[in-house]
Amino acid sequence: MQELSRSDIQCILDLSEQFIELNRQDNKKLRDLQGRTQINLFFENSTRTRTSFELAGKRLGADTINMSVEASSTKKGETLIDTAMTLNAMHPDVLVVRHPDSGAVALLSQKVDCAVVNGGDGQHEHPTQALLDALTIRRRLNRLEGLTVAIAGDVMHSRVARSNIYLLNTMGARVRVIAPPTLLPSGIERLGVEAFTDMRRGLRDVDVVMMLRLQRERMQGSFLPSVREYYHFYGLDHEKLSHAKPDALIMHPGPMNRGVEIDTEVADDIHRSVIREQVEMGVAVRMAVLRLLVAGGGNGNGGDA
Amino acid sequence: MVAMPEQRLAYLNARLLDPASGRDEVGHVLIEDGLIAAVGPDIFPNRVPDRTEVIDLDGLCLAPGLVDMHARIGEPGAEHKESFESAAAAARAGGVTTLCTLPNTEPVIDNVALVEYVHRRANEGSDVHIRPFAAATQGLNGKQLTEFGLLQAAGAVAFTDGDRAIADATVMRRALSYSTAFDVLIVQHVEEPSLARNGAMNEGELATRLGLKGIPTAAETIMLERDIRLVEITGARYHAAHLTTAKALDAMRRAKAEGLPVSCGTAPHYFALNENEVNGYRTFAKVSPPLRSEDDRRAVVEAIRDGTIDVISSGHAPEDPEAKRQPFEQAAFGAAGLETMLALGLQLHMSEDVPLLSVLACMTCNPARLLGLDCGILQAGHPADLVIFDPGAPWVVDSKKFRSKSKNSPFDERPMQGHAVRTVVEGRTVFVRRVER
Repeated sequence: MQELSRSDIQCILDLSEQFIELNRQDNKKLRDLQGRTQINLFFENSTRTRTSFELAGKRLGADTINMSVEASSTKKGETLIDTAMTLNAMHPDVLVVRHPDSGAVALLSQKVDCAVVNGGDGQHEHPTQALLDALTIRRRLNRLEGLTVAIAGDVMHSRVARSNIYLLNTMGARVRVIAPPTLLPSGIERLGVEAFTDMRRGLRDVDVVMMLRLQRERMQGSFLPSVREYYHFYGLDHEKLSHAKPDALIMHPGPMNRGVEIDTEVADDIHRSVIREQVEMGVAVRMAVLRLLVAGGGNGNGGDA
Repeated sequence: MVAMPEQRLAYLNARLLDPASGRDEVGHVLIEDGLIAAVGPDIFPNRVPDRTEVIDLDGLCLAPGLVDMHARIGEPGAEHKESFESAAAAARAGGVTTLCTLPNTEPVIDNVALVEYVHRRANEGSDVHIRPFAAATQGLNGKQLTEFGLLQAAGAVAFTDGDRAIADATVMRRALSYSTAFDVLIVQHVEEPSLARNGAMNEGELATRLGLKGIPTAAETIMLERDIRLVEITGARYHAAHLTTAKALDAMRRAKAEGLPVSCGTAPHYFALNENEVNGYRTFAKVSPPLRSEDDRRAVVEAIRDGTIDVISSGHAPEDPEAKRQPFEQAAFGAAGLETMLALGLQLHMSEDVPLLSVLACMTCNPARLLGLDCGILQAGHPADLVIFDPGAPWVVDSKKFRSKSKNSPFDERPMQGHAVRTVVEGRTVFVRRVER
């Protein structure tokens, strides 16, 4: 995401718009990627992202295969690079890769000839999530430039936060992050955000609230004392939300922990919560990314952005 | 009548560099039976004595052979990464004549039999001196001390847990305290492990961008400050293996001003590189402690200049491609350093204007003094361990040509200036390189 320019992003979002319409029709099948092979290579569990990529590929006419690899088995035996070489020998046209280690997707992309899409690497980036978030916001609020967006929750461990920070900054939005100090990574301000540890202050007059998933295992790392305290100070409820603009959008990359980072009523607020729309946009954005990277015979290596 | 020496050799017209005495002048060296017999501009007032082999150096630099105080070797246990033989070959090519090896091998060098093994095996037919460091705690477990006295008698020249810190304060206190009975040096990996846990690089903006867990500079400062207070109550000789941060160097400066018997080292990558090398997940720049910010790098340079840093060691840590061609967090720490150490030291002199003798002191007489070795000095009566180098010779690092079995250099493909042209151990030439002049 860091490497994508404003016009790159605009181009992807514009193309995605076309696919939204298509996805709402009865016949959703295109032939843009007919005959192409897409491998979804997931070293980390994910149902949503993998399904979304799979649907995107299928709707474009590609043959899609899912491969789930236990990261622990690659540690012991076959290295990531061996896996990449093996798959490369099967001549896929595009690999969609998710991996628990930051930088692993970029490493893999150096070893294969086909396009590689980053489906999330460690705590580094999750570019298609940022793109689908941008598409969702743009459709609701008609713009990205000039908006104030608050990203709240476990910023430290979040690749979604990082990709969104880069994208939103590139598109001219103002970005805030809100988290308890133990979950704010060092030097985060240098990424072009304003950091808040007080959620109410951080939410003041924002146009969009992006909630991040809190992983329960963070409790063991002594990042936080308890879920109860976290929800009290950093869970999004109607009271805290009242500090944002009255029509502020509520977003969440999923899967949600209701009652941990977000109140159930807020999550289901049909006027403001766009969480389900995000899922819809996800398929469209991924179709756009796949089409741009794969169609037209290009096997450019720009896909690991 | 004194018996005629069996071997007599003279190096003429060299730029003599002896950091121990501050000598920097053109002159000659006479070697007899592996020892330096005379050094200076006027040692041959009339002519070179008869039956002397003469080599005219025509202005090349001649200094004591380098004493590398911190090299990890794969033997025993990981000979595919580095054996004594390959390490010795790399050392020779790098102008290193004394190589100190770390105990973190498989098995750990923590008993008399193993120290004797290393001593015998390493120096068997080897033409550089290999001096083992022994483990400070058994199995590097950080709990039970090793037999300092017996290990010292077997040939161990210092005690350390290698790339692990002696983390428990009481164990460290006892190690320091016990070491005073034998006047041995305790060498510490200065990093508080609980702050560094799972860390892969320096903490800060870049680590946040790369999504990598950072190691804060405080991990180094805290461990050093603690150790300094333990030195204060034990009076032991303590050496911080590699300092990399401005704050820790300040703490070291203060401890020295207090008169405590402390010393510290660093490695070329800490004064030649900063954390930006890691960008793009370059695992060859993943070292422990991690590369730091540019401000810290400059502080390391200043600390070499002002003498706060006593030692520059290669920090040689060979790794094979399998250990390095991994996602960054999974990749091994370490950089191969033996063959680039001298040139990077010379770069410090040329680019950062650190006096040449100060740089060389950190690689010769200072480590020798700390370890109680009689090398590292260009004076009569000391072993003729020498490096002759051309300070202007241009070359480009090509890790494929390394003598070391491991090629994990963060300096690969970099242009360098200054190269060893001849390495001499006890009067014998063990390495010669032709360079363009």
